[in-house]
Amino acid sequence: MASSKRAPRPGFVLEVDKSTPPIVFHHGEGFRLEKLPAGRTRVLYPADPLPGLPDPDGAIRNALLHPIDCDPLPALLRPGMRLTIAFDDISLPLPPMRKPDIRQRIIEAVLDMAAEAGVDDVHLIAALALHRRMTEAELRHAVGDRVYDAFAPHGLLYNHDAEDPDNMLLLGVTKHGEEVEMNKRAAESDLIVYVNINLVAMDGGHKSTATGLSGYRGVRHHHNVKTMQQSRSFMDRHKSELHHSNWRQGAIIQEAGIKIFQIETTVNNNTFGQDGPLAMLQKREWDWTARDRAAFITMHNGLKLMRASHKRKVFNSWLSPYELTSVQAGEIGAVHEITTQNVFKQQLVPVQGQTDILTMGLPYICPYNVNSVMNPILVMCLGLGYFFNLYRGKPLVREGGVLIMTHPTPWEFHPVHHPSYIDFFEEVLADTTNPLEIEAKYEKRYAEDEWYRHLYRTSYAYHGVHPFYMWYWGAHALAHLGQVIIVGGDTRAVRRLGFRPASTMQDAFEMASDVVGRQPTITHLHNPPILMADVS
Amino acid sequence: MKAVQYERKVAKFAAGALAGRIVPGRGAKHGPLHLDDIDAPSLPASDWVRLRPRLAGICGSDLATIDSASSRYFEAIVSFPFVMGHEVVGDLDDGSRAVLIPVLHCAARGIEPACGACAVGRINLCERIAFGHLEPGLQSGFCESTGGGWSLAMVAHDSQLLRIPAEMSDEAAVLVEPMACAVHAARAIATDDIAFIGAGALGLLTMAATRALRPGAHIIATAKYSEQRAFAKSLGADRVVAPDELARAVRSETASLVVGAHLTSGVDTIVDCVGSASSLTDALRVVAPGGTVLVVGMPGHTHLDLTPLWHRETSLRGCYAYVRDDFDTALELVQRLDLGRLVSATYPLHRYEEAIEHAANAGPRGAIKIAFDMRNEKQRDDL
Repeated sequence: MASSKRAPRPGFVLEVDKSTPPIVFHHGEGFRLEKLPAGRTRVLYPADPLPGLPDPDGAIRNALLHPIDCDPLPALLRPGMRLTIAFDDISLPLPPMRKPDIRQRIIEAVLDMAAEAGVDDVHLIAALALHRRMTEAELRHAVGDRVYDAFAPHGLLYNHDAEDPDNMLLLGVTKHGEEVEMNKRAAESDLIVYVNINLVAMDGGHKSTATGLSGYRGVRHHHNVKTMQQSRSFMDRHKSELHHSNWRQGAIIQEAGIKIFQIETTVNNNTFGQDGPLAMLQKREWDWTARDRAAFITMHNGLKLMRASHKRKVFNSWLSPYELTSVQAGEIGAVHEITTQNVFKQQLVPVQGQTDILTMGLPYICPYNVNSVMNPILVMCLGLGYFFNLYRGKPLVREGGVLIMTHPTPWEFHPVHHPSYIDFFEEVLADTTNPLEIEAKYEKRYAEDEWYRHLYRTSYAYHGVHPFYMWYWGAHALAHLGQVIIVGGDTRAVRRLGFRPASTMQDAFEMASDVVGRQPTITHLHNPPILMADVS
Repeated sequence: MKAVQYERKVAKFAAGALAGRIVPGRGAKHGPLHLDDIDAPSLPASDWVRLRPRLAGICGSDLATIDSASSRYFEAIVSFPFVMGHEVVGDLDDGSRAVLIPVLHCAARGIEPACGACAVGRINLCERIAFGHLEPGLQSGFCESTGGGWSLAMVAHDSQLLRIPAEMSDEAAVLVEPMACAVHAARAIATDDIAFIGAGALGLLTMAATRALRPGAHIIATAKYSEQRAFAKSLGADRVVAPDELARAVRSETASLVVGAHLTSGVDTIVDCVGSASSLTDALRVVAPGGTVLVVGMPGHTHLDLTPLWHRETSLRGCYAYVRDDFDTALELVQRLDLGRLVSATYPLHRYEEAIEHAANAGPRGAIKIAFDMRNEKQRDDL
C-alpha cells in the first residue's frame, strides 16, 4: 500500500551487486528467478505507473471539443454525412484492459456528438489490417455492449476485410512507388474518426489508417526486410523507415481528400495492478514485502503443477487495470507528436552505453496471441522485434553481442488463429532463417494463397503473409546480434528458429562466452511493465 | 549347414504375432523362426546352380512375416518350411558373384510354354508361382525348394542371376534387388508431381530411382527420423516433412483449399512405401482428384474409407517387384549413387534375433538397411 501512496518513481538502472536479490524473469505462462552476475550487470526497471486522469470521460470530451490543429469534432459533423469510426483491434492494449475499454469511452463520446449533429450514416470498423478478425466477445469488450448491440446486428460494426476486392480502394502511389489503399467505406466517408490506444511509441500517427485500414498491396511497402532493417528503431518514429513510409502513404491519403480526425490515447504502466495477485510483478524485487514473496512463491510453484493449456487460460483471463494518462485529438501529425511525448513520459528510461549481453524475460502475451498461443515465431517477434527495438538512440546490446531470452517456446500453434504460421515454421524455417531469402522465395506464395485468404476472411486467422512480417520484425536484431539464446525453450523449436537452446541462465552465459568473452557486461530489460531505453 | 528357417507352427505363429505387436521384430524370438542346421537344397534341374550368400538383406516383407503380420493371402503362394532371405548377393561355384533375382517365374519352374505374363517379360505377374517342379513360392526366400539368402547355400535358376562387376562391393550389391523394386515403382509413376510416404529403405530407394528417371519431378517426402530425413534430401526429395506435416505441406505447395479432412487439390501421384491403413488414408487425403496412389510398401489387412477414392476418381495401384530390365537399371543406379552406404549394420546368422529387431527398429535407431553377413561363417568354405 505504501508504494501506491508515494509519488511514482521514474525508471531506474540498478547496478547488480552481491546483495541484489534474484531477478524475476517472465517465462511465458510462468517465471524464473535468476541471480545475475555482480559487478558487471545492470537491470533496467520501468517507471512506476503514472497517475491516471481523474475524469477520463471529461478528458475525452475535452479533447474532442478542443482538438489540435483542427476544428472541434461537432463542427465536422452534419446530417447526411457518412461517418466512419475506425478503432485499434485486439492487438492493443496488452494485456487487454479492464472494462470500460478506452475505445468504448471514446466511441460512445463520438457517437453522442454524432447523434446530436443528426448523423445517421455511421459505420464502425475494427482496423485490423492483416490481423485476425475479432470475435463478437472481443468486439463487445472493446466497444461495449451498448455500442455493439446498436450497430453490429445491422451490419454497421464489423471487422476490416483487406481481401475483399470490392471494398478496397487504391488511393494513389507515393513518389517512392508505394501503393496506398484503404477500406472503401472509410475512404468514401466524409470523415474518419480513428480511435487509437498508443501502448508504445510505434503505435498511431499515419500508421493507424495507412496500415490499419489497408491490405497487402499497401502494407507490403513498409512491412518488408529492407524497411525493418532501416528502422532504428521502429519505436523511434523519426529514425524509423517504417514510419517514414507510413507518413508518405498518409500524405497520399490526405491528398485524396480523405478527412481524418485522429484520437490518440496513452495508458500508464499499471499492467499487473498495484494490489492483487500479480502486483509484485511491477515492483522491484528489493521492494517486495513478505506477502509479495509468499504470493510469488505460491504462484510460481502452483504454475509448475499446472498443464500448459490451463496456465494459458488463467493468464489469458488477466485484464490490466490500465488508466488513461492522456487523450489528444485532431490533426494526425500534431496529435501524434504529443502522444509520443506522453508515451515517453511513462516509458523512457535513460541508459548510458551498450553492453555485451542483453537479457529479457518474455511474457505470455504479444500483440498477436491475445486469447491464443504464443508460438515460436511470435517468441522471435516479441524478443527480437518488439523488446529489442524498445530503444531510442542505440540498441541496448552492442553490435555482435548476444541476446538471451527466457521463454518455454513450445512447438505449438493455435490452429485457427495461426494456420500460415504452422506452414511457415514447417516449410520456410526448415529451409532458411535468412529474412531476405525468406522474403524473396516464399512471401508471394503465402500472401496470395487462396486458403489462407479464405481463413482470414471467414474464420479468425491471421493473413497468410503475417508470419513473414513477424520474422521481418526481428530482421534488424538478426543482423545486429552475434548470437541469440533461449533459456528453457523447447530445444527443437529453438533450433528451428536458428537460435541456441540453453537449459539454465548459467549455461546461456557460458554459451555466450564464445562470442563475448568470459567477463561480458550484461543488461537485463525488466519488462513488462513496458520500458523504453533511451541509450546515449 | 546353418540357415534361418521359418516353419509352419500355429502356436508359434500366434506367439510371434503377440510378441511382434509388443516390440517390432520380437517375433524372431517367439515366433516360428529358428536358426537350424539343415541340408543344403538340391538342384531342382540342370539349369540351376548353387549360390552361396555373402550378404542377404532383411526387408519389410520379411519383418511382416516374422512378426506374423502379413496377410493369409500368402499361405497359398509360399511353401513351408522355407529359409528366408531374398535380397541376396552370393558366390557362384565358377568364382563369380551374382545378385539373385528372386521371383520364381515360369522359366525357373520349368513351365513351358510360359504363362501370358512371363511370355511378355512381366515375370513379377507370373501366373504359375504355385506350379511346376518347385514347391509354391512367389520368390526364393519363401519357397521350400530353393532355400533362401539367410543361409550358407541356396539354389538359383540361371535366369535368376545377375552377375555383378568385380569392383562392386557386396554392400552395394545387396541393394540391387530392393533397388529393382524401386526402379519398377518409379517406372509406374506417370507425373512429375509426386509425394512419397515413408522413408525406410524401400522409400529412399524409390525416391532415388524416381529422381534418376524423372529429373524434373517435384518430390515431397515424409520421413520420421533424422537419418531418414538426411538420406531423403540427398537422394532426391525436394522437400522432406514429418509424416504429420504432409497434408499441410501439400496443401501449401498446391495452394489447395480444405474441405473436411481432404484437400480440394493435391499431388498427382502418391507413392506409399509404407502400406498401412494410416499411410493409405494420408495418401487418399492428399492425392489430387484423378490422381494415383501407388502402393509400393506391402500392405496387409487394411480398414480404409474408400469414399474419397470413389468420389475423386483416384486410382489405387499396386506395385510389386520388378521385371528383368529393372535389374539392369538398378545395378547401374546402385553404383552411380553409391547406395552401399545405406547398409547400416550387418550381423552373423547366429545373431538373427538381434538383426531382426534392429531391422524392425531401423528408423529410431538411425539405420536404413540391415543385412546378414555370411562371409565369415566357419562352415561356408566347407560346403
